[in-house]
Amino acid sequence: MNRVALAGNPNVGKSTLFNSLTGMRQHTGNWAGKTVSTARGQYTFEAEEYQLIDLPGTYSLVARSQEEAVARDYIESGQADGVVVVCDATCLERNLILVLQVLELTGKVLVCVNLLDEAERLGIRVDLPALSQRLGVPVVGTAAGRQEGLEGLKAAIAKLVREPAAAVPGRTPCERVSLAERYAAQVVRSEKEGRLRRQQRLDRLLTSKATGIPLMLLLLGLVVWLTVAGANIPSALLTALFARVGEVLKGWLASAPAWLAGVLLDGVYRVTAWVVAVMLPPMAIFFPLFTLLEDLGYLPRVAFVMDHAFQKCRACGKQCLTMCMSLGCNACGVTGCRIIDSPRERLIAILTSSLVPCNGKFPTLIALITIFFVGGRGGLLASAEGAALLLGTLVLGVAGTLACSRLLSATVLKGMPSSFALELPPFRRPQVREVVVRSVLDRTLFVLGRAVSVAAPAGAAIWVMANVTAGGGTLLAHCTGFLDSFARLFGLDGVILMAFLLGWPANEIVLPVMLMAYLSTGSLVEFDDLAALGQLLTQQGWTWLTAVCTMLFSLFHWPCSTTCLTIYKETGSVKWTALAIALPTVLGLGLCFAVTMAARLLGLA
Amino acid sequence: MYEALNLSALREGESAYVTEVNAGPAMDRRLTDLGLVRGTRVTCVLRSPAGDPCAYLIRGALIALRQADAAGVALERRVQEVPARAVAT
Repeated sequence: MNRVALAGNPNVGKSTLFNSLTGMRQHTGNWAGKTVSTARGQYTFEAEEYQLIDLPGTYSLVARSQEEAVARDYIESGQADGVVVVCDATCLERNLILVLQVLELTGKVLVCVNLLDEAERLGIRVDLPALSQRLGVPVVGTAAGRQEGLEGLKAAIAKLVREPAAAVPGRTPCERVSLAERYAAQVVRSEKEGRLRRQQRLDRLLTSKATGIPLMLLLLGLVVWLTVAGANIPSALLTALFARVGEVLKGWLASAPAWLAGVLLDGVYRVTAWVVAVMLPPMAIFFPLFTLLEDLGYLPRVAFVMDHAFQKCRACGKQCLTMCMSLGCNACGVTGCRIIDSPRERLIAILTSSLVPCNGKFPTLIALITIFFVGGRGGLLASAEGAALLLGTLVLGVAGTLACSRLLSATVLKGMPSSFALELPPFRRPQVREVVVRSVLDRTLFVLGRAVSVAAPAGAAIWVMANVTAGGGTLLAHCTGFLDSFARLFGLDGVILMAFLLGWPANEIVLPVMLMAYLSTGSLVEFDDLAALGQLLTQQGWTWLTAVCTMLFSLFHWPCSTTCLTIYKETGSVKWTALAIALPTVLGLGLCFAVTMAARLLGLA
Repeated sequence: MYEALNLSALREGESAYVTEVNAGPAMDRRLTDLGLVRGTRVTCVLRSPAGDPCAYLIRGALIALRQADAAGVALERRVQEVPARAVAT
């Protein structure tokens, strides 16, 4: 089999090209021993098998970052039978700098000038034969988004792996830049500037003082609303489906001892099914929408607009993108921190990732807001009030993230902001099909897999807690009783605190566990009717203060098990994982304590 | 006639040529990777709401830089390139 590496700058359509060539015959994962993602895929051309290795997108091969080291080591090792350097036709000059660098490492290079369709729209023409003559290696043109030029590329790759070639002598960085400038001047013709101006007008609209931030909040609000509202129906369908499967399983376990059926059905199965049913639909909606914004090129603009606040906290502006991902799922936010180059700033982003509420917390927050602060009133005003309160909670999460980032950079992660150079790529028409497939495969299923692996044992533990009795009460009742006086210091009660502890596998099950404990039912309890839920909570002694503290604690407490596992995998350190757990917990307990004391002193509760 | 200034002083829509890059070792290398070396023409294209960072057109790509880093890039421009209103005042 022939091995071919794909190299190139970020944002040149390298992954689109990779996906077009390999289709579904690919697998993604991590580079051995590194937190750098890698994708490998296969295709067949003229009865020969080719393996494509998608190297991380980099601007250089100097081995400063993990990504650059991975790309450089792979090219230098000679494991590849050929290297395809993918270039953006609309920005060829800058891309040629990397091409020249690769040519100094290996001679088996093919230059693929991609995004020709976009260049054509911008009135940019590239003389491919002339470029090939100057570089001394073959050059092919493609428009991977439109599947154009792929056969030509495959044929050129087939030829490349067969013919020997030698690397050119090393040059200084400045020599490379001036050579790239000279070649680009000779082979690129640019005619009209109309399209460029339109891009700039859009850029002004999205980043200016007057419109940038309002538009950003509007888009973010829309994504969150679509996620929360759109997930209801598929979640209900999945719940119904799992209930029917549960009936079938019950039949199979009819002859088994009651405790075994209890652990397996009411414990493991019910909790796992619950987690899947409530987690899958929101993520399957949120991540495609998020990837769509990513593909459009909007997300770097968000980082651009928000960077100043992060600069003040001595963190990286790209952290606001990982925060947006955290809205969908904290674990995805943690892996997303790979886009931050500086290790110090990456750690800050990882440690603060769970301060942004993931969509698993939204149902609890929304239910409590509706019951205790909107008061079950219907109508437009009430829903606007509810939306404003939810937004306020989100803003509090953002404020907490910024404050903790600043605190970390003043204490355990001391340092000044590192060099920040953020490319704002041109706006592009997104590859919708690819967006959906990629976001579902890479993000949604990844998280779901990890969530299920923790939900199953946790389900068994919850069942044992709720059903094994000792000394006249269930283990759960003993635990909640034990925690009660401690929890009351923070405006909570023993059941609430225990529900958060048992809800470690997924924030979605915190409220069901709470109801299970209040009603002593022995398995998770659904809540359909908010009015009935409100009545039940009030009977259990809930006041507005309990609701506020529960919301605060829901916002700031230990990350869910999936996130903890992901933080451990990303940092490779128990110490940092422990800090990531302690930080939000201390913040949440501190806030709850302050609010409770203030309310009691002022005689409000 | 040439006028000396640094990148952070470049206003939206203005262009100039790089004379020296001295923004700290890590940033200098990053900027070299992006093709920002002596003699490169840069244009300030966008300002973020806080005025920092700004986005610059460098060899056909739009790159956002913080003002603290941009201050380390020395530029020069022909006085004729200064917009008319700036000359008048």
